[in-house]
Amino acid sequence: MGMALVRRLMATNPRGIRDDELSEVGLKRRLEQTWAQPTGWLGWLMVDDHKIVGRRYIVTTFIFLILGGLAAVAMRLQLARPDSLLIGPDLYDQLFTMHGSTMMFLFAVPVMEAFAIYLVPLMVGTRNIAFPRLNAFSYWIYVAGGILLWTAFAFNTGADNGWFSYVPLAGPEFAPGKRADIWAQMITFTELSALAVSIEIICTVFKQRAPGMTLDRIPLFVWAMVVTSFIVLFAMPAVMLSSTMLILDRLVGTHFFNPAEGGDTLLWQHLFWFFGHPEVYTIFIPATGMVSAIIATFARRPVFGYLALVLALISIGILSFGLWVHHMFVTGLPRLGESFFTASSMMIAIPSGVQIFCWIATLWGRPLRFATPLLFVLGFIVNFVLGGLTGVMVASVPLDTQVHDTYFVVAHFHYVLVGGAVFPLLAAVYYWFPKITGRMLSETIGSWNFWLAFIGFNVAFFPMHILGLWGMPRRVYTYPAELGWGPLNLVSSAGALVFAASFAVLLLNVFQSFRRGAVAGDNPWGAGTLEWATSSPPPPYNFALQPVVNNREPLWAERDSMPVVTGLRVDRRELVGTSVTYAEAETREVAPDPSIWPFLAAVATTIMLVGSIFTPWAVVWGTPPIAVTLIGWFWRKGEKEDLD
Amino acid sequence: MKTRAVIDVSALPTWAFASKSLMWWGTLGFITIETSGFGLGLASYLYLAQKAQEWPLAAPPPDLWPGIIMTVLLLISLLPNYVLKGSARAAQLASTRLGLVIMSLFGLLPLIVRVFEFRALNVSWDTNAYGSIVWLLLGLHTVHIGTDAVDTLVLTALMFTNNGYMKRRFSDVNDNAVYWDFVVVSWLPIFFLLYWFPRLVG
Repeated sequence: MGMALVRRLMATNPRGIRDDELSEVGLKRRLEQTWAQPTGWLGWLMVDDHKIVGRRYIVTTFIFLILGGLAAVAMRLQLARPDSLLIGPDLYDQLFTMHGSTMMFLFAVPVMEAFAIYLVPLMVGTRNIAFPRLNAFSYWIYVAGGILLWTAFAFNTGADNGWFSYVPLAGPEFAPGKRADIWAQMITFTELSALAVSIEIICTVFKQRAPGMTLDRIPLFVWAMVVTSFIVLFAMPAVMLSSTMLILDRLVGTHFFNPAEGGDTLLWQHLFWFFGHPEVYTIFIPATGMVSAIIATFARRPVFGYLALVLALISIGILSFGLWVHHMFVTGLPRLGESFFTASSMMIAIPSGVQIFCWIATLWGRPLRFATPLLFVLGFIVNFVLGGLTGVMVASVPLDTQVHDTYFVVAHFHYVLVGGAVFPLLAAVYYWFPKITGRMLSETIGSWNFWLAFIGFNVAFFPMHILGLWGMPRRVYTYPAELGWGPLNLVSSAGALVFAASFAVLLLNVFQSFRRGAVAGDNPWGAGTLEWATSSPPPPYNFALQPVVNNREPLWAERDSMPVVTGLRVDRRELVGTSVTYAEAETREVAPDPSIWPFLAAVATTIMLVGSIFTPWAVVWGTPPIAVTLIGWFWRKGEKEDLD
Repeated sequence: MKTRAVIDVSALPTWAFASKSLMWWGTLGFITIETSGFGLGLASYLYLAQKAQEWPLAAPPPDLWPGIIMTVLLLISLLPNYVLKGSARAAQLASTRLGLVIMSLFGLLPLIVRVFEFRALNVSWDTNAYGSIVWLLLGLHTVHIGTDAVDTLVLTALMFTNNGYMKRRFSDVNDNAVYWDFVVVSWLPIFFLLYWFPRLVG
């Protein structure tokens, strides 16, 4: 009987409708139907187009950037003068914890993934990300984690142990209440979503590249995201494990971090930094990918040293796992261990330096047009080199011992993270905004944005080097006037306000250009990679016919006509599956249709995770609903997508 | 831009096994994450053991029998699992269905043995750090058995519906079997650390 049903379904039209049977207009109309996203409020919850999910991710991460940024502005107002009574110590503890946690877990890592979710499928020439339903699930989980953290803060239950939540301070003895638990569970949410996105990206790049896009033709941003995704797979479980241990210590009386019962507080630091240091590179590596893409376009030639850049990305990825102990130099570890980690910390400067020189070589001798994306990239090079230099300094144990937990370290990592990742990110916003919205951002406002950001950032953070060398510790809510730190702090706070203003200018530019910006066209910058081969914004199916790639910059190599694939069915969501190394067409992969189950699974997961902050029984009554939603998600009723 | 057709994919299959299948790579991705999690859990165990004056802390080592029964049971399950993979790859519906029923049982049986394992640990999670880490490791592995058991049951049910005639389901069966191999293999280092390590160093 079953076989009969299948036969009947197949018999109606076994070949389906193929793309080469339709006219150009007919093809687009048909694809539009097949790849359309559901509408209505229920449809809104089901959406699984990588571009829409990516856009939602980008907007949400910028909301968290604003929240985290406002927390920073509040702190700078408090520190602007000595003995200030504007903000008390308890709120200040929450503010710096919320700032760090938000920026790392809710902004920096997710925003890079957000751009990847949007761009990687376009750049490799496919129609959707691999596992689009998982992608939708990851977004809802991420949003739930962010709302949890900030709602708790609104009710004065904001995390207050610093973004790395060290024990014993965050343990049951010294952190009563639920603040530390909220933080630890927020970790579970954000890491779950990051892990899901990483698998999607790896699978998209491994199996859904345009035919002909061999390993040495993959755009550098895509390479960067593959390396980043692998780092996430190996690093994130460490923080999920340690934050679970922390919750267990606090909720059911385990003793992982309790020295009185054989536990060990440094176990937390090891596990946290085994995640935490690679985490920095999951922020920085995508940024370097953005830089490589933008530099090639503005220099109007392929990036110099493609192979060296790919190898640099991979070696940074591997080395990033050999550095974590340099966060623990003052914990009294064995000398030999410290020397090893000093060496590996300095070693990572080598591939980083290779990248910088390749970029300079690419730009060298070219007539440059200083449009806003390039300005931000040049600002990145300056700021990141400064951050890299202080990085080599704090890699050495004696120097680190001197400046540990001072503002010197704060200056260092803001130069690396803001200089090294946020500047490229802003370059990316200006560079890809036309693709995402179909309109250009204003260049005039753009230069204002850049100069305010560049000056504001340096005025805010450079003085912190000096304050740190003078001995000003991190995480103090105020300081006495006699220490003489007042004037430089005032300068720093003024710089912070200018820097904050630069983001207001960015928002202004975005809002204004979104409505009235110049129409971009397919390829406003004359770039060479595939995301520019389709319209701006791209249609739901990305490419009417999937491209075939014969060159690293396909749009520069194929100026007259684009080689394409034919033979895909268009009455269901087919795309080309290719082999991992040579990208030879292997299958007609069928992408799933949108479903409500990922959203329901995210809701069920959220209820269980939030419940387990308060009672361990939540795991017992919270798991069956998750199982039900997952079964609903994976169950098949013989949809069109399942036919052979 | 104008286009020119250079590759015709109309004759390509719409599903495939192993490295040609997207889901296989996704499964491998999850296995990587979980390997990383298990590895860090085992490292935490060794870290705590190396910090302690005695090991196990204030408790006798776990009783061996439940652990041995579990290990033997899991190792035996590899055989029907291997046969099931063969049936799936040959797209033989009847033997695949039978294999899935057998593997569903092999998914459920260890969960019963696991109850006795927890009782044989001779320590509670809140006794000391040793108790905490052994409960965590055993719990983590139990979650994996449970997840795969449910997964196998659902897939078995699916294969008995009309959907069993859809060829791509055989690829799903293969991926599910690969995951079970991982559940078994990941148990071996945990078995060694939990049951034998305390006896070797104690």
